[in-house]
Amino acid sequence: MRKYLTIFLFLIAVTYSGLVTGQQRFPKPEFSSGYVTPSPTTPEPRANLLEYADVVVLLVVLSVASWIAIRKRSRRAMLWLSVFSLLYFGFYREGCICPIGAIQNVTLTFADPLYAISISALLIFLIPLIFALFFGRTFCAAACPLGALQDLLIITPFSTPVWIRKTLSFIPYVYLALAVLYAATGTDFIICRYDPFVGFFRINATFNMFLIGACFLGLGLFFARPYCRIFCPYGALLNIMSRFSKWHLSITPAQCIQCKLCSTSCPFDAIEHPTEEQKSETTQGRNLRRFITFGLLIPVWILVGGYIGAQSHVFLSKANPQVHLTELLIAHPELKNDTGNIDIQTFLSSGKSFEQQVKEAQIIRHKFYIGGWFFGGFLGLVIGLMLMNQSVFRKRTDYQPHKGDCYSCGRCLKYCPVKKDGTVEEIA
Amino acid sequence: MADDKKLNRRDFIQNSMRTTLGIAVVGLGGLSMLRSKGENWVWQIDPFKCTWCGRCATSCVMTPSAVKCVNAYDLCGYCDLCTGYFKNGVKDLNTGAENLVCPTSAIVRKFIEEPYFQFDIVEKLCIGCGKCVKGCTQFGNGSFILQIRHDRCKNCNECAIARMCPSDAIKRVPANTPYMIKSDFIRK
Repeated sequence: MRKYLTIFLFLIAVTYSGLVTGQQRFPKPEFSSGYVTPSPTTPEPRANLLEYADVVVLLVVLSVASWIAIRKRSRRAMLWLSVFSLLYFGFYREGCICPIGAIQNVTLTFADPLYAISISALLIFLIPLIFALFFGRTFCAAACPLGALQDLLIITPFSTPVWIRKTLSFIPYVYLALAVLYAATGTDFIICRYDPFVGFFRINATFNMFLIGACFLGLGLFFARPYCRIFCPYGALLNIMSRFSKWHLSITPAQCIQCKLCSTSCPFDAIEHPTEEQKSETTQGRNLRRFITFGLLIPVWILVGGYIGAQSHVFLSKANPQVHLTELLIAHPELKNDTGNIDIQTFLSSGKSFEQQVKEAQIIRHKFYIGGWFFGGFLGLVIGLMLMNQSVFRKRTDYQPHKGDCYSCGRCLKYCPVKKDGTVEEIA
Repeated sequence: MADDKKLNRRDFIQNSMRTTLGIAVVGLGGLSMLRSKGENWVWQIDPFKCTWCGRCATSCVMTPSAVKCVNAYDLCGYCDLCTGYFKNGVKDLNTGAENLVCPTSAIVRKFIEEPYFQFDIVEKLCIGCGKCVKGCTQFGNGSFILQIRHDRCKNCNECAIARMCPSDAIKRVPANTPYMIKSDFIRK
């Protein structure tokens, strides 16, 4: 009888102690045959040196791309360079790490005291921005594997009305602000999670991501580089940098003769046409007044945006797994009995009290409240600047690329009949 | 004359904005550099937090998952009746598939000496489901643990399993200490 009781107690002890993680129940045997305990293998991760090699490759590609865009002026060279980048950064490095995703690493460096970005990732984030400040968006032209993939699949690009383009160009800023907000609150890296092409590079996309990627590529046949133009958050940063670039690709190597041959050559509608005749004095006066009014309205936009952002913090915080779980438990306490819900069962067996969980979720939600002010304020600033920019009249006499929107891909170059010495090519 | 003035104004705005943006970018870089410790990060599973829920097998971007079972031999009891190897309540200790915990028979049972057996993981077959880890940790020493194998891991910028992990066991660890293999039964 006592024996059974012992076994019974032993079984209970085993069952309950199982909830606590491992303990020594069976001592390690003393082998008499001279057996030596092996140690588990630990394959090393990718060497640090190779990470720096990526930085060097990026630096070389960007230098060559800038040289091609500004000096060599060759579309073919740019195309082959982008194919190299597609193969190296895309299919060999499998899309990771890229400057687009590094936005979130930089954010997390400032938001999470336990995390600090590695030097190689930081350089990969900074180098294209600095290049854009001097040479335009040569990163987009030749170094970005996402851009290269879309660029190769432009078949019959259609021109889109300017109001659609201007409206769509707001989306990258929203995406950028959301990515920073979610990275700063430790919720998610949405840029990486919803990267439509990384599944192609790794040839292992889930069905949904494959479908999204295929939609982007399909749309790209007619609306050139859709991801770059209406989503890419890093493109938004490069756009700002490139607007003030010191040098930039120019369509003509000498004096523009206004032949209009290049006017439809750009699949991205990034060529600006010469402005109409000199505007009258009254129009200029009205423009100036509008410019000043819109400029003064910017603080209002920031405040309104920030207020809306802060008010929507509850909604925005739903994406955080911990907030989501807590909300779920408060709304549906009966789910505690659902043995199939792994998240809830893990929480219940973790020994953490429900009050503690709620408290932590509230801290996260408060971060979203603060972040919401910045999120909305930033978007308000963008709207304000965009509107102010609308009232700026820039006189142009030549066909020029829009420095912000131009990817420096070089397609327009071969349409220009002007040679470097200023003579005009004969057209048969 | 008027044109010159206008061009100069445009140049001035361009130059000052370029300088401002340049300082902003370099400043951001410098601040991040100050915080950075110069090391790379990789993802790893904390075996003391892991609750062997099975999501490692399904959430990884790799198929099969880059998470594999590892036997921390130092902790292993070399049991004949290994609860990570045999299912609960098997009648005979033979290697018929119906008796085994591992769905892909990735565990090799090797006789050492009476009554001890060594258990090795065939990584090619292991899918990281954690069933053996559950068996070993609940009823044995807990020497089977799940680890991210860095020869397979793509080191995604954000680990897809970390996002799904219910016990928050997957964290970034410095690349020079890329594994968290148990060396004791309790966390030190």
